[in-house]
Amino acid sequence: MQQHEYDVVVVGGGGAGLRAAIAAAQASDGNSRIALLSKVYPMRSHTVAAEGGAAAVTRDDDSLQAHFEDTVAGGDWLAEQGVVDYFVKHAHRELVQMEHWGCPWSRQPNGNVQVRRFGGMKTERTWFAADKTGFHMLHTLYQTALQFDAITRFDEYFVLDIGVAEDGDEREVTGVLALDIKTGALHCIRAGAVIMATGGAGRVFKFNTNGGIVTGDGMAIAYRNGVPLRDMEFVQYHPTGLPGSGILITEASRGEGGVLVNKDGYRYLQDYELGPETPLGKPQNKYMELGPRDKLSQAFWHEQQRGRTGKHGTSDVVYLDLRHLGKAFLEERLPFICELAKAYVNVDPVHEPIPIRPAVHYTMGGILTDAQCETPIQGLFAAGECASVGLHGANRLGSNSLTELLVFGRLAGEQAWQRANARRNTPAKSDDMTAKTQYWQQRISAMQQNPKHAAVSSWPQLKQDLVATMERGCGIYRDEAGLQQSLNDIHELKVAYQRMHVADSSRGYNTDLLQAIELGFSLDVAEATCLAALERRESRGAHQRLETEYQQRNDEQFLKHSLVRWRDEQPATLEWQRVDTTLSAPKVRAYGEQGNAQASTPNRTQGGKV
Amino acid sequence: MTQPRTCYVDISRYDPERGDQYPTMQRVQVPYDDSTSVLDVLQYVKEQVDSSLSYRWSCRMAICGSCGVMVNGIPKLGCKDFVRDYVAHKGVGRDHAANDAPALTIEPLAHFTGERDLVVNMDEFLTHLEAVKPYIIDPASRPNNPSAATHSQTPAQLARYQQFANCINCGLCYAACPQFGLNPEFVGPAAIALAHRYNLDSRDHGKHERMQVLNTHDGVWSCTFVGFCSDVCPKGVDPAAAVNQGKVESAKSMLIQLFKGSSIGDSRS
Repeated sequence: MQQHEYDVVVVGGGGAGLRAAIAAAQASDGNSRIALLSKVYPMRSHTVAAEGGAAAVTRDDDSLQAHFEDTVAGGDWLAEQGVVDYFVKHAHRELVQMEHWGCPWSRQPNGNVQVRRFGGMKTERTWFAADKTGFHMLHTLYQTALQFDAITRFDEYFVLDIGVAEDGDEREVTGVLALDIKTGALHCIRAGAVIMATGGAGRVFKFNTNGGIVTGDGMAIAYRNGVPLRDMEFVQYHPTGLPGSGILITEASRGEGGVLVNKDGYRYLQDYELGPETPLGKPQNKYMELGPRDKLSQAFWHEQQRGRTGKHGTSDVVYLDLRHLGKAFLEERLPFICELAKAYVNVDPVHEPIPIRPAVHYTMGGILTDAQCETPIQGLFAAGECASVGLHGANRLGSNSLTELLVFGRLAGEQAWQRANARRNTPAKSDDMTAKTQYWQQRISAMQQNPKHAAVSSWPQLKQDLVATMERGCGIYRDEAGLQQSLNDIHELKVAYQRMHVADSSRGYNTDLLQAIELGFSLDVAEATCLAALERRESRGAHQRLETEYQQRNDEQFLKHSLVRWRDEQPATLEWQRVDTTLSAPKVRAYGEQGNAQASTPNRTQGGKV
Repeated sequence: MTQPRTCYVDISRYDPERGDQYPTMQRVQVPYDDSTSVLDVLQYVKEQVDSSLSYRWSCRMAICGSCGVMVNGIPKLGCKDFVRDYVAHKGVGRDHAANDAPALTIEPLAHFTGERDLVVNMDEFLTHLEAVKPYIIDPASRPNNPSAATHSQTPAQLARYQQFANCINCGLCYAACPQFGLNPEFVGPAAIALAHRYNLDSRDHGKHERMQVLNTHDGVWSCTFVGFCSDVCPKGVDPAAAVNQGKVESAKSMLIQLFKGSSIGDSRS
């Protein structure tokens, strides 16, 4: 087996991973060795599909306080408020840094950066690059990273596990175990610090906006090594996915003035505490279509129950109407949306409303970290969607996550370099890397050698069962029976997984094997999601319970983070963790007219504008 | 849409580990409807027919650039190319299974080294991208200076380079380029478009460095202006225009160098 030594290993080549690698290289003045591993070429990472934009307080009439309040209220008071405070204060400088690196931000006629409206945000503060913001950010970061000799890329390396050294109660990360996809060879890459930046887990659901690679790998690896997954019950449904595929239609469509109508052409959001109806072409922040994603997706569910949705193929749909914005404006601001709608549902948004429905989009929860992005395993960091640093609480506001990649990617990179530098001249501790290597070698050959008779499942079958049960039991609205059934299903699938057969025994580019391993990761993540959803017997943000007694937020019992712990060959366990609400005490979360009436007395004072 | 339609598809299979000397075709009968993409066909084959089929994919919305393949000899993004467009001329609604001639032939991208099935070696392509220094070069820039303001860039200045910034690095233009097929050292359409993107960016000061690469025999002058690269681009980028404008720039920069009497950075031209 090939051995490598680095200072910092970054797992994942998306926005957070690239930003972290650059930050580590800069923090060390180039005197470090940084390995960037990714199971795909970095520019394929799912950051590429983010469309709408990245939030930071920019305008003179905006304030850090307002961005803080929007984020905390948007997360239904389950965000870590110190983390939100840090985030809003560092957001702007990161977007400026991206500008210096060449990101093609859209501009005002005077040459300044343009900002747009976004759901749940009080003021226009979302920077954008047409409607391909994630794509442009990812390529800018990838291309910028090429300049740093300290960074060595390991493209198409699939990370299976991390090495851990135990010393009493102290646990330290020692590196990663990775499979070179091209050759099938295992590599042990040792490092003083490891950063997980592996993205979300939207692919555990059937209907989602995510790329095929978004399978929760890094979450599962940290989780199996004893790091709890936090707040996993909070899964964001994006209100506007294309029927059939789930392809994302950006929230910026509504920020720019698009409206949602049901089959009767009625703007139904006014019936769900988001009104009154705003005039066509005059979108108003935090009203109607600019409400937060959880509320809009929930409104779809109610329209569906009331029989007011239309049909596209076999899908129930509502409609996103952009026609009043006109061809020229759509081509300038939303060219990708026009391209997607034409290619995938054969609709030209200039002339017809786009059929849409909610689709799983984002995992608010993830790998537990402290405010410096470090997990309970010393030297193991996490940043971006795979992490739960505590920014999003129970519901993420659109355009906060692209900025999160930068703010916390940078922080994780700097912190990881410090940790690695401090450990540079300390003697290597004995770890479990050899045992893990043997485990994975045996696991892989077992999958390939399991008997291939009819009773033994294959990964496509198990995957279909997993995503179907998650969609059934763990969707926009949930109840005890449905969640318990999904949890039982997952336990059965995990048993079946152990006996699963992988037909392909080749070493190089064995995507049969890789998808089987990914499914194993997804099963663990799904179990954590279901368990946390079952135990949270209240409704908060993106987590909504159908039972009458659980339909309200219950701060007395549940103003807490869930922490799910993995146990080998046994059901996972759950505990609760205190949430930081010292800067803003929980209030009623309201939008539309009610939100306006309530936008009362600020309950804290905080720094002003950038 | 009422009854499922099927058609035959030929997929190129190649696994050197198993001793394959050459790719061979695997014929598969697949169901399709009006929304079935070439990528959907591959997913169907992998999940229902033969799990050993290898190909790259992720976003399935034409932005990650993973799933480039040849479909009936033309470079295409698998997720943005639809079966309906290949069977339509034979009459919509007919069951093509009756006629087992394949409607589609799916092969790895031309001009790249085949690794396995539809997976090709992308490293050669990335080497070309890196060679043109595709990043802002600004001697005055101060890294991580939080107080620094943004540059001014008007919409007109943005528009000069914007279309060249839309390249998703899928490699289709290299599979379309006869010159790249003859000479893999040719920097190629996407890399030249990317160099052009930064050369045209009002924030950049690195044009001189990039022209050293573009001026060479393996730079813009390798192009014989076939223009197929722009035809196949799934994102509406026009690399042929970048190459052409690059030739003008290259000629100017060579003339300037000539007057200055210094080397132009290429021993062969």
